[in-house]
Amino acid sequence: MTDQSQPSTTRRGFLKAGLATGGAIAAGGAAQAAQEPDPLITEIQPWAQGLGDGVDATPYGLPIEYESDVIRRNVEWLTADTISSINFTPIHALDGTITPQGCAFERHHSGAIELRKEDYRLMINGLVDRPLIFTYADLERFPRENRVYFCECAANSGMEWAGAQLNGAQFTHGMIHNMEYSGVPLRTLLEEAGVKPEGKWVYVEGADASSNGRSIPLEKAMDDVLVAFKANGEALRKEHGYPVRLVVPGWEGNMWVKWLRRVEVTTQAIESREETSKYTDTLADGTSRKWTWVMDAKSVITSPSPQSPVTHGPGPLVITGLAWSGRGAITRVDVSIDGGKTWQIARLAQEGQDKALSRFYLDINWDGSEMFLQSRAIDSTGYVQPTKTQLREVRGLNSIYHNNGIQTWWVNANGEAENVEIS
Amino acid sequence: ALAQQFGLGRAALPEEIAAWDMDVAPDGTGLPAGSGSVEDGEMLFSENCAVCHGEFAEGVDNWPKLAGGDGTLDHDDPLKTVGSYWPYLSTVWDYVHRSMPFGGAQSLSTDEVYAITAYILYSNYLVDDDFVLSNENFLDVEMPNAGGFIVDDRDQSEAHFWTAEPCMENCKDTVEITMRAAVLDVTPEEVSEAEATAKAELKAAAEKQQT
Repeated sequence: MTDQSQPSTTRRGFLKAGLATGGAIAAGGAAQAAQEPDPLITEIQPWAQGLGDGVDATPYGLPIEYESDVIRRNVEWLTADTISSINFTPIHALDGTITPQGCAFERHHSGAIELRKEDYRLMINGLVDRPLIFTYADLERFPRENRVYFCECAANSGMEWAGAQLNGAQFTHGMIHNMEYSGVPLRTLLEEAGVKPEGKWVYVEGADASSNGRSIPLEKAMDDVLVAFKANGEALRKEHGYPVRLVVPGWEGNMWVKWLRRVEVTTQAIESREETSKYTDTLADGTSRKWTWVMDAKSVITSPSPQSPVTHGPGPLVITGLAWSGRGAITRVDVSIDGGKTWQIARLAQEGQDKALSRFYLDINWDGSEMFLQSRAIDSTGYVQPTKTQLREVRGLNSIYHNNGIQTWWVNANGEAENVEIS
Repeated sequence: ALAQQFGLGRAALPEEIAAWDMDVAPDGTGLPAGSGSVEDGEMLFSENCAVCHGEFAEGVDNWPKLAGGDGTLDHDDPLKTVGSYWPYLSTVWDYVHRSMPFGGAQSLSTDEVYAITAYILYSNYLVDDDFVLSNENFLDVEMPNAGGFIVDDRDQSEAHFWTAEPCMENCKDTVEITMRAAVLDVTPEEVSEAEATAKAELKAAAEKQQT
């Protein structure tokens, strides 16, 4: 008996039987008695008898086929084409905090370019004592740092400004990834060139056709910005800026310039397209905020969620999610199962890290009734993640970017979850 | 004290800096000498830009509209174009020069960029049809929304989000569903992409989401 459907049918039958006895699962907490022997145990399975793959089968592996739904997804109608577009990290299916690079979201303005290390050049120019050119090999000779940071697109959750629209945490909150970066502080490279006293800003741009030029104040450039060439231990993926990208901790993803080719020290902001036409946030009165660099404290329950429904019935339930803040570390996450009437303090998997994702858990005993799940992040500056209503009171509906409002999932008695807004 | 130097890298040559340092600042810093007319710009725009942006810069399908929308920024669905939204003409010149046409970037000469910029101004009713834009008169052009931007003020306008202790018990009496994503039904798994693109409300949403 190797038919894989057979055991799960048996388990479902068992679950129904358990439910029929009325509260047997919730009571006691002791393991349930099986009604018939499980053939997965009583029959010798092929993997327990034959042989698996040799070590030469997979020089560089991909996830097992049964995880084929844990992939980036595109929402075709969001943008005019797939070249200047976005896709989404499957955060509903991930755990922990490190995003696997292969399914970490992409956002390009003129596509993911292929740039060999041999062809790579980085220029430092402008208000410096010595305008310089570095090769990739040069960059590897500077003292290096390792840091974990989240990169969140400024437009993450942007489709939700006007109301509940996309049904899944991947789509509402998946323009984000969190990686361990290895690289050289931008400060080190700027000091190598010698910044002149008149220098107040840096203008950074990529090697791609869009260039994605952005202005960054010199204080930030000299603080924690990294010129990174490794992520999660290996070279950057092509789509994430191979061979070199900028890491701008806590700040909107657009500024994390990929395929970084030039850093210019200037007296003024360039006010490029990506900081005037785009990445400016229009308020209700028609004026717009510019230079909204920091990503505020935010969280989302990744499971249960619309793509990750409760399939096991009442009883023990793990509620889990992610929290992060561009202003510092996550110090606490509160979870509500009744739409914000009451809150419980969730458990952080580990102490919050500066400008990085935190994983939280709340373990409950679900009674099978409907829930309105919410999470609320608090960061080391005392900032408390606001509701969407609170955000709209200040900003109106047309900001596009920087939507960090509290997300609600409506979980019904069947365990299915839906993206809703509530009063 | 001087920071440590490692002696890595080499001096950038003037030709190299000139090739890559093309950015133009709002005060005109970086703008090369040259000029172009609305008339020339109309022809260039028709050849290089109109297939996506329309003959009158009004936009085709979901491609960006470069003209129109004046006075809509405080509306429900503001139309943000060069004329209605962009604060500086320098950005138009700089962005077109470096990154347009989409798929054929950096193919336009200095004078061609001046001409196309002049035509975009004309399409937004900001200059007359005999206008010639040059590095000399560049800063004379008034952009309607130049005063429409404020520097990030979240620390002040959203100071109330830094609340010492949020509510934990009896925070509200009732919870009612006011909006459901499944009703809107635009998530990829829920409907086929062909169906999704056919829906008019999606188009409206797409325009709003163009980032």
